[in-house]
Amino acid sequence: MRVALLVSCLVDGLRPSVGAAALALLREAGCTVRVPRQQTCCGQPAWNSGDRATAQALALKVLQDFADVEAVVVPSGSCAGMVRQLPEVLGPEHPRLGEAEALAARCFEITDFLVNQCDFTPAPLGAGQTLTYHDSCAGLRELGVKSAPRTLLERAGYTLTEMTQAETCCGFGGTFCVKYPAVSVAMADEKLASARATGVPLVTGGDLGCLIHLAGREERAEAGLSFRHVLELLVPTPAPALGAGHP
Amino acid sequence: MSFQVHSQDFIARSRDALADAPLQSALGKLRMGLSVRRREAVAALPEFEALREEAAALRDYTLATLDRQLETFEAQVRARGGEVHWAPDAASARAIILELCQRYGAKKVLKGKSMVTEELELNEHLEAHGLRCVETDLGEYIVQLRRERPSHIVAPAIHLRKEDVAESFAAHHVGREHADRSTAEALMAEAREELRAHFLSAEVGITGANFAIAETGSTVIVTNEGNGDLTQSLPKVHIAVTGIEKVVPTLEDASTLLRVLARSATGQEASVYTTFSTGPRRPEDPDGPEAYHVVLVDNGRSAMLGTEFEAMLRCIRCGACLNHCPVYGQVGGHAYGSVYPGPMGAVLTPQLAGLDDTVHLPTASTFCGACEAVCPVKIPLPSLLRRWRQRAYDARLDGDRARWLLRLWAFFAARPRLYHPLLSAATMMLGWLAGPGGSFRRLLGGKAWTESRNFPAPEGGSFLAGLQGEEFAPTPRKAPSR
Ligand code: SF4
Repeated sequence: MRVALLVSCLVDGLRPSVGAAALALLREAGCTVRVPRQQTCCGQPAWNSGDRATAQALALKVLQDFADVEAVVVPSGSCAGMVRQLPEVLGPEHPRLGEAEALAARCFEITDFLVNQCDFTPAPLGAGQTLTYHDSCAGLRELGVKSAPRTLLERAGYTLTEMTQAETCCGFGGTFCVKYPAVSVAMADEKLASARATGVPLVTGGDLGCLIHLAGREERAEAGLSFRHVLELLVPTPAPALGAGHP
Repeated sequence: MSFQVHSQDFIARSRDALADAPLQSALGKLRMGLSVRRREAVAALPEFEALREEAAALRDYTLATLDRQLETFEAQVRARGGEVHWAPDAASARAIILELCQRYGAKKVLKGKSMVTEELELNEHLEAHGLRCVETDLGEYIVQLRRERPSHIVAPAIHLRKEDVAESFAAHHVGREHADRSTAEALMAEAREELRAHFLSAEVGITGANFAIAETGSTVIVTNEGNGDLTQSLPKVHIAVTGIEKVVPTLEDASTLLRVLARSATGQEASVYTTFSTGPRRPEDPDGPEAYHVVLVDNGRSAMLGTEFEAMLRCIRCGACLNHCPVYGQVGGHAYGSVYPGPMGAVLTPQLAGLDDTVHLPTASTFCGACEAVCPVKIPLPSLLRRWRQRAYDARLDGDRARWLLRLWAFFAARPRLYHPLLSAATMMLGWLAGPGGSFRRLLGGKAWTESRNFPAPEGGSFLAGLQGEEFAPTPRKAPSR
C-alpha cells in the first residue's frame, strides 16, 4: 500500500525518534511510505482557538501536501482527529469540500492502521517489561482507538497493567495547558496518581502532547515515572525516555 | 441582561477552588461516584445507545415544532382548569410569579428544586417583596441556609462535605443543641423535621418541571426525596416554572426521555418519584392544589432556535456532562460563576449573559469529549464550545498575546521553507542546552508552562530536516513468530 506519513508538528520538532519509528514501522508493515517534505502542521491550534481563516488556510495546505495517496497515517490521535474534521473546517459551501471528505475518510491513527489495515506484529522488544497506557482523548473518543495500541504492545511482548483513570483527560488540551495551567496541572496530578498506583515504571500513549505534559509534571514533582510514545517501544529507540526516571 | 455572572474571574476562582481542601475532598467523591453509577446503569441496558439516538431525534422534532407543541400544551392546561403565563424574559417571569403570590395572599412559598428559578433569581426577588421562600430539596435547603448558589444542576450541595452541612445546621437550627449530626441520615432527618412545619403553613408551592407534556397539559418532576410532591400538592396554589424548551409532545415521549434521564443523572433506572401534575384538584381528587399555574420562560431560549446553537436546547438538565467533565471535577461548579456550570453551562451561559463577560467558559475546556460521549440527547458540546471560541476570536475577546502568538506560528506554518530550518535550529539549540534526556525548569516566555511543570527538552533537530529522501520502499521482516 502507498501511504503518506503526516508527522505532526510536535513529533517533528520535539521527538524525531517517534517520526523515525513511524516510518520504520510502516515500511516493515509492507507500505511504500511518502513523507511530504512541505508538511508543517494540521492547523489544530488555530481551529481550536476559533481562528477559522488560519485553520482553513492550513487545511488547504494539508490537502495539497497529502494528495493522491491511499492512506494518510498519523502518529497522533489528536492530529488524525483534526484531519477527520477538515470537511467541517472548510464548511459545507467550500469548492474543495469533496477532497477534504475523501482525505478525512482515508486518514488513520497509526496504531489503528498497523493493526486493522496491516495486521502487523512488531518485533518482540517487550519481554519482561511492564507498562500502563494513557488513552488520549481524541484518539479514544473521536477515533475510537482503544484496543489497537494495546494489541501492538502485547504482540511485542509487553505486559500491560491498566490504570483506573486510563480514559480520563490528562489536562494537556493544547493551548488549555498554558491558558489554565493550575487546572491543567491538577488534572495531570490525578492522572499521574492513577498511573503510579499501578506500580509500573513506564507510561505510554499515542499522543506526544499528553506525554510531554505528564512527563514535565512528573519531573517537577520529583517522582519516578518514565514516559514514551507507544511507537518508541515498537522499534529500538536510543533516545532516553521522557521524565526523570529515564532511560 | 438580567442574567448575573461572575465568569470573568474564572482563573482566580479556579485557583481558589483548587486550593480549597474541603471542596477538593467533596469533589473527590463526585469524581468517583456518579460517573461510575452511570456506567453501571448503562451497561445494564443494552439498548441505551439506541435510546440516546431516539431521545436526540425526539428533542429535535420537538424543537422544530416548538410553536405548535407549546400552543397545544397551553390549550390542554386551560382545558383542565389551569393557567399558562408566558414570560419573555427574567424580569417578566419574576413579575408574573410575584403577582400570583400576591393574588393568593401568600406569605410563605415552598420551593421544589428548579434551575430555572435560580436563573431568574426568584428567591431574592420574592424575599425583597416580603415573602419567605423555603427550599425543600435537601441540597437546595442547605445551599439556601448558607446563602450560596447550587454548584451542580442536579446535586446543588455536591461541593459540601457532611461536616460542612452539620456546621450550617448547628448555626441555623434553633433548639437543637444536642442533635446528632454525625451521619448523612441524621442530617437528613433533621432537615425533614425543620421543613415539616413549613409544608403545612405555606400558601404557594413553586416547582420546576423536567418536562411539560403537550398532549395532556401536564408538568412532570422527578425527585429522589418526595419533597417535590409535597411542594406541589400541599399548598393551595401550585406554580410550575419552566423553560419553553422543556415541552414534549406526548406522554410516551416523556417516558422515553425519563428512561435516559435518570440513568444519565444518577445511574438510577428511574428516579424515586416521578410526579405528574395535571390541572388543579378536581372534586373527586383526594388532594392537590386549588389553583395550578404554569409559567413558561423564554429568557434567551427562542433566540437560539435556528442558530448554530439550537442543539443546546435539547438539554434535559441531567448533569451527566458535569459529572464526567474533568475540569468541573477539579474546580467544582462555583468557579464557573454562572448558575449553569460545566460543559452545558459553558455553552448556555454566553447565550444567556453575553460572551463579553463569559469568554473563559468556552475556553476552559480541553475538548476531551467526555461530555459529548455521555450526553443522553447527544449534544455536540465540544463543537458548540468551539463555535463560541470562533465568535470570541472574531470579536477579539481572546487575549492579545495568545492572538499574536497564534498569528506568528501560522505565518511560519504556511511557509515550509522558513518553518523547517527555523524549527530545526531552535530544537537543536534547546536539545544541546538541556543535554540528552534533559528538561527545562524555566523557559523565556514559557512561565505558564514552567510554573508547575518542567519542559522536557526536544531531542535536537527536527525529524523532517534530518530525513534523507521523500519516498521509502517497504522493508518487510521475516515472518514473525507470534
Ligand atoms: S448537555 Fe446533555 S449531558 Fe449535559 S445536562 Fe444537558 S442533557 Fe445532560
